[in-house]
Amino acid sequence: MGGAYLPDLTLVLPEGILVVTAFLILMTGVFRKSTNPQVQQRFGHVALSGLIVALGALIFYHHPAERWISFEGQLLQDDFVYLGKILILSGSAAVVGISLASMLKEHLLSFEYCALILLATVGMLLMVGANDFLSLFMGLEIQSLSLYVLVALKRDQTIASEAALKYFVLGALATCFYLYGASLMYGFSGSTNFEAIATIIRMESAGNFPLSLFMSLIFIMASFSFKISAVPFHMWTPDVYQGSPTPITAFIAATPKIAAMLVFLRLMLEPFMTLYDEWQSLVAFLSLFSMVLGAFAALRQTDLKRLLAYSAIGQMGYMLLGVVAGTDEGIQAVLIYLTLYLVMIIGTFACLLCLRGKGSYGVQNIEDLAGISTLHPKVSFALAIFMFSLAGIPPLGGFFAKLYIFKAALSAGFFGLAIAGALASVVAAYYYLKIVKVMYFDDAPKVPSASYGQIVVLPLKMALILNACALVTLLFFVFPNPILEIVQRAAFTFSG
Amino acid sequence: MIPQHRGEEQAVSLSLDHYLVVAALLFTIGSIGVFLNRRNLIVILMSIELMLLAININFVAFSQYLGDLVGQVFALFVLTVAAAESAIGLAILVVYFRNRGDIDVDDISVMRG
Repeated sequence: MGGAYLPDLTLVLPEGILVVTAFLILMTGVFRKSTNPQVQQRFGHVALSGLIVALGALIFYHHPAERWISFEGQLLQDDFVYLGKILILSGSAAVVGISLASMLKEHLLSFEYCALILLATVGMLLMVGANDFLSLFMGLEIQSLSLYVLVALKRDQTIASEAALKYFVLGALATCFYLYGASLMYGFSGSTNFEAIATIIRMESAGNFPLSLFMSLIFIMASFSFKISAVPFHMWTPDVYQGSPTPITAFIAATPKIAAMLVFLRLMLEPFMTLYDEWQSLVAFLSLFSMVLGAFAALRQTDLKRLLAYSAIGQMGYMLLGVVAGTDEGIQAVLIYLTLYLVMIIGTFACLLCLRGKGSYGVQNIEDLAGISTLHPKVSFALAIFMFSLAGIPPLGGFFAKLYIFKAALSAGFFGLAIAGALASVVAAYYYLKIVKVMYFDDAPKVPSASYGQIVVLPLKMALILNACALVTLLFFVFPNPILEIVQRAAFTFSG
Repeated sequence: MIPQHRGEEQAVSLSLDHYLVVAALLFTIGSIGVFLNRRNLIVILMSIELMLLAININFVAFSQYLGDLVGQVFALFVLTVAAAESAIGLAILVVYFRNRGDIDVDDISVMRG
């Protein structure tokens, strides 16, 4: 402390690259004032290349198997953070890749969109790399504030602004809960650093924890349950998914969930690990109710994005099951699940963005998919793969993700939860298979509207990402090793 | 009977607990304002500000009690972010008002299910 040293800036090189790119886009956008679609598309490409360069910088400067701490202990990078940052950067890049064309089509592509996506990504990277309640707070806010604006991007649409309003109010409330919990934790431990807090909690005698510690734990858990949309804090999810334009729903469904889940995992396993006996029943409650609600509430949905929102709630429930186990096996299962979930959800949204329903943008209702299989065999085959995989049908990726989770839960002794999860996934399989049935066995409407089932765009980027996602989902059981290796190393940071 | 240095005695008797109780009360009032408010969205924004201020009282009180500056730094960051958050909240509110023509809490229900 106190020296005139510069912190080790290479730790935040990816974030730095993204911030510089975002500001470059903002400045150029403000001064050029162009509405020319080609210029807008160029902004999109700049954002995309910024994300890819940041990913390259991250991989190039990573120190494997090392706890790399900088900024006076505010930020750190270990194998766990490294995996998280890879997932976030590649997920954001893929989402930008699949959404550029349809954003352009809907006249939503602007320099603001590109800058906001980049800034939200910076926030997520800081969140995952945080080693202190202060840096976690800043990351969380950079991410959330950008997302609120992104949801409201379609300014003339009522449901978009309504979704943004709900998201904002509940998100701000979650932030308040987080801060109140952090302030109590600061009062209890005298520090906001995760390592210092972990040491201080370890020194407390078990069974004799003060009330402020419990309140802090509950407030912080509640706020992150909001962010990962676990029941009973899930209310905003269906509305935000439905209300925002589909390319932005794709973004919200993919990377922020991953970031929030990773932070939840880190908080539970590092500062709060000593309190495992206290929080495991709470997380078990969150997990059980998310799995059950995700399965049953989605049954009666007709809107595709709303259905995917409930599906996301259910999937988060399965991941929390791995957190409940708390073992090395459980952490690995959660990380595998996260990786495959990211791939599946980006693939699903890529399919939805390819197709066009009755409405002006994307496919809106499930019946819009009727008879799509004859018009677009390739896209509907890909969508069918993702649906089977999300439902957990062997031998696709989603099946193995669930298998690892259930195995971890069983070996940690949570038989009831594992059985409930398996039953919920049987119920959930119904609505995933219903989508496949509508695509393959229902007839297209007799009087199709002019745009019905018309492919909006399948440019190179879209085709590339769609194929990559489908291949990973299909072939995970043949070549699981690349994913398993990096996940094992990441999980080792907590046990080793 | 009347103490000579009334001010000093009162300053001594004001302990950490007093600050924490005030903060907890403000935080509770703020959350009640968010959850039970049925009138107006502006009130929700004000309630959120109230909760953030309660948190600041907590941080500063703990910081003074512990003799540690981190709490006050944290409070400054919270203030900054609260300003950004209310700016974005009001912007979203304006967009919503242009589309709907009112900001009644009961009417925010186009999407259901």
